Amino acid sequence: MTRTRKPGISRRSTLALMGAGAVTFAAPWVARAEAKTIKIGMPTILSGRVAQLGTSSRNAVMLEVEKVNAAGGLAGRQIEMVIRDSKGQPQEAARIARELVNTDGCEMLLDGEASSGSFAVHEVARDLGVLCIHTCSEASSLTADPKQHIPNAFRCVRQGIHDSIVGAGYAAGIAKAKGLKKWATCSPDYAYGRDTTGEFVLYLKKFAPDVEIISESWPKLFQPDYTEVVTKILQAKPQALYSCLWGGDLTSYIDQANIYALFTQMEVFAVNMADYTALTVVKNLPKGIHSGDRYIKTFPATPENAAWGDAYKAKYNEYPTNWSWQNATAVMFLNEAVKKANSTDGKKVAEVLTGLTIKCPFGADGTVTMRADDRTLVGYAIGWGTTIPQEPYVPDVKAGDWKTIFELEAEWKKSKGYT
Amino acid sequence: MDLDALASCLASPACLVTQTTSGLIIGMLLFLVAVGLTLIFGVLKVVNFSHGAFYMFGAYFAMTAYQLTGSFALAILAGAAGTAILGLTFERLFMSRVYGRDVLMQLLVCYAFVLIFDDVVRMIWGPEFKSMGMPAAFQVPPLFIAGGVVPPYYLLLIGVALAAAVVLGLGLARSRIGKVIRAAAHNPGMVSALGINTGLIYGGVFALGGMLAGLAGALAAPVRSLTPGMGFSVLIESFIVTVIGGMGSILGALIGALLIGLIRSFGSLSFPLFTEGLMYLFMVIVLVSRPTGLFGKEVA
Repeated sequence: MTRTRKPGISRRSTLALMGAGAVTFAAPWVARAEAKTIKIGMPTILSGRVAQLGTSSRNAVMLEVEKVNAAGGLAGRQIEMVIRDSKGQPQEAARIARELVNTDGCEMLLDGEASSGSFAVHEVARDLGVLCIHTCSEASSLTADPKQHIPNAFRCVRQGIHDSIVGAGYAAGIAKAKGLKKWATCSPDYAYGRDTTGEFVLYLKKFAPDVEIISESWPKLFQPDYTEVVTKILQAKPQALYSCLWGGDLTSYIDQANIYALFTQMEVFAVNMADYTALTVVKNLPKGIHSGDRYIKTFPATPENAAWGDAYKAKYNEYPTNWSWQNATAVMFLNEAVKKANSTDGKKVAEVLTGLTIKCPFGADGTVTMRADDRTLVGYAIGWGTTIPQEPYVPDVKAGDWKTIFELEAEWKKSKGYT
Repeated sequence: MDLDALASCLASPACLVTQTTSGLIIGMLLFLVAVGLTLIFGVLKVVNFSHGAFYMFGAYFAMTAYQLTGSFALAILAGAAGTAILGLTFERLFMSRVYGRDVLMQLLVCYAFVLIFDDVVRMIWGPEFKSMGMPAAFQVPPLFIAGGVVPPYYLLLIGVALAAAVVLGLGLARSRIGKVIRAAAHNPGMVSALGINTGLIYGGVFALGGMLAGLAGALAAPVRSLTPGMGFSVLIESFIVTVIGGMGSILGALIGALLIGLIRSFGSLSFPLFTEGLMYLFMVIVLVSRPTGLFGKEVA
């Protein structure tokens, strides 16, 4: 028996036609769905010695993005984060930032790089004109230097100069009260260590003119052994020690200095001590180290801040870092700015962001501001206190006064030729 | 440059004691890592670039054992024994396949394992830095010897490292196994022809080298932060030590390590901004005046 084909359209052709039709009609749906999401790119450090900070940045961003998406997204568009590892290399950070915009179609950038990488990403933002918020770099010049000013880049990070002013004011008070005149410094030998220590000493001497620096040590970054540095400081017999060592370097230093009983022989001011990454790792944390606040869920002592710290811990089973709150704040800023602009257009959002004040758990008075003239974060909670070996680790943080910070920052900018 | 600080330190017994012990501590830990490196090179003729990983594993094994048992002695044992087993496994499975091969191939295998071992540590213990903490027995005030400050823990550390040096030196020179090892280093073909299992000797030497690095890691764990990749900086300094002392010489490793320790300790007083540079400068001087190192033998 032979089968004859009937004239007209076959069943197979009909199916093919139907399929093509379905694709044609569905295509606008697909296109609309793509336009509905907004991609935000984020280069950050997810491997190497600083990986913990990069991971905590990503965690904080995702925590906030989930909230924004659950509430309907940015102007009705769901956020899709595209987060890539720069390994802490500036050239890689720049390459990734460019790729995120040009290839992945990201409409905004959150720059989760340390200082070295953030300057590279800043140049990409300048070149591409994409809205970019730096979320980790504390180097003051990134926004203080007018040469760096571009209308589409913002910095949602604490600043070295702010920390130095508040830290030196706090330290000078103790220096005067206890008669601490002979000081030593011990900080990592790279741009951050040198700049921050220099600024701290500058203001310490301004607030307490009797202070004299009798010993300086500059161990290299990630140095495994600090014995010779510890003994050198002991030989100098200072009354107080300042250090901006951080992370694993700081904990190593504390462990090694502890067995020389260094902490019983002088007052120690370690600006980066009060971060959970260091506080929870050191097993024998000496009592009474003075430190700046990095992220502590008890400062500012508000239910909002405590709730945020607890929510982070509940989700990721560890406490947030200094980089975490900064990244979370950046997402909060974006959310508010897009609401006000009623648009996700980068230029419109940037216009609204400039000078914007938002409610924020990390604000000194419950709000933070993206200062208009240099597009940088101000009004965040900043203070110093002394550490204890168990929670809350820094029971009494003395808050810095933003009025004084603004005055001295303005003077500093003038002295640097920035204004 | 602050030569006055150095002069006043040399004139003060307290400073002299503190800085000398500080140099000994740095030197002795370096010695333990470097001697393994030099031993492996002397017998196996392989430059083990992955040696720093054993130091890292020693520290992590010790920390884990300490957390589980609370015993510092067991922690040290775990660090040393764990890395010995790891060394033996690594040598039998991988390194034994590249003996006599192009040095580039050996280098590639070692470097690959530097990365692999770092990632293994990251997977098991996490990427963040850890601290083991000082055992309670050593959480005591430092001793004052002639006015100089010496922490008791560092006395233990120097003692253990010195004991290791003596046992190793005597063992290689006097014991039968030591003689076989030296013979295998000199003429492996002849040793093999005499019916001695050279594979076992090689594996054993590699395990011993790994164990010494692991012991250094375990001893350093209470005072250094633990991170994936922590072996790298120690490895660089160990290479400097072996280059100064002479590749393959145990006495050379000891003297080289102590010299580096003292250079760091006194250099930080007189040349605070050039302490690292001093080490390299010293290495250059040694290499120029004695290319085989202080105790190295001329290669025929």
